[in-house]
Amino acid sequence: MRQAVNFLAGLIFGLGLLISGMANPAKVQNFLDIAGTFDPSLIFVMAGAVTVSLIGYRFILQRPRPILAERFYLPTAKDIDLRLVGGAALFGIGWGLSGFCPGPAIVSLPLLAKGTLIFVLAMLAGIGLARLARQGKARRTGALPQAE
Amino acid sequence: MTVTEFTPLASTLGGVLIGIGAVMLLALDGRIAGISGILGRLLPPYQGADPLGAACFVLGLTAAPFIYQAAAGGPFVQTISDNLGLMAVAGVLVGFGAGFSGGCTSGHGVCGIARLSPRSMMATLTFMATGFATVYGMRHLIGG
Repeated sequence: MRQAVNFLAGLIFGLGLLISGMANPAKVQNFLDIAGTFDPSLIFVMAGAVTVSLIGYRFILQRPRPILAERFYLPTAKDIDLRLVGGAALFGIGWGLSGFCPGPAIVSLPLLAKGTLIFVLAMLAGIGLARLARQGKARRTGALPQAE
Repeated sequence: MTVTEFTPLASTLGGVLIGIGAVMLLALDGRIAGISGILGRLLPPYQGADPLGAACFVLGLTAAPFIYQAAAGGPFVQTISDNLGLMAVAGVLVGFGAGFSGGCTSGHGVCGIARLSPRSMMATLTFMATGFATVYGMRHLIGG
């Protein structure tokens, strides 16, 4: 049942990425190109997604637990540090260069563009590298890595 | 560069679907719909990360283009750079940056903002800023 829920949530999420145009790197790059071929559509994607989640999350998080799982798995980190800002800064550079972020890249896999396949492989390597870096730092400082 | 059409209605509808997917995942499975986090759960060590659930979510994402094609009567049209070196560098930056900062456009930009997390707001402002700067540099300074 939980597997079916994950599949269906992924499918709806993926259809959203396609219908919104977010899965077209040219559209994302045009959103980021205020000085050129600016396409403000992505503001509407963000507004739609955040509005629904904001309202939905408020109701859900009042419950003691989710419907099918034992507990909520929410991020616990609170501090705004160099890791957060530096990581986000690098992420934005990669996002601007390619027009891809993780969701749209995965959704685009079946469309089999060479650029997508290379991007996804490199992205998985990057996620693995970040985990190694975080674990290494956690070992040095004696803190446990925080899952988010 | 390709000019794209301004699509406020389709983009709002797509955004609403993204939100519904995220709300559904939290309500039923208690998980945040951050795609970089979900991809991270597919990589060992697993430590109670439910890799099977994550795999099902990713499978759902990759099923979407087939449903889209069946409904729209044609494949999803996208323009992707054929500069494979650039895409490889961008992929590493996106993966490493999301992994290191604990989220991506969905995890920080949608779910984190929906939880009113100051960390996620800061991350979103930061990647938006470097994204704008990168496209500006690439298109208007270097002229790629």
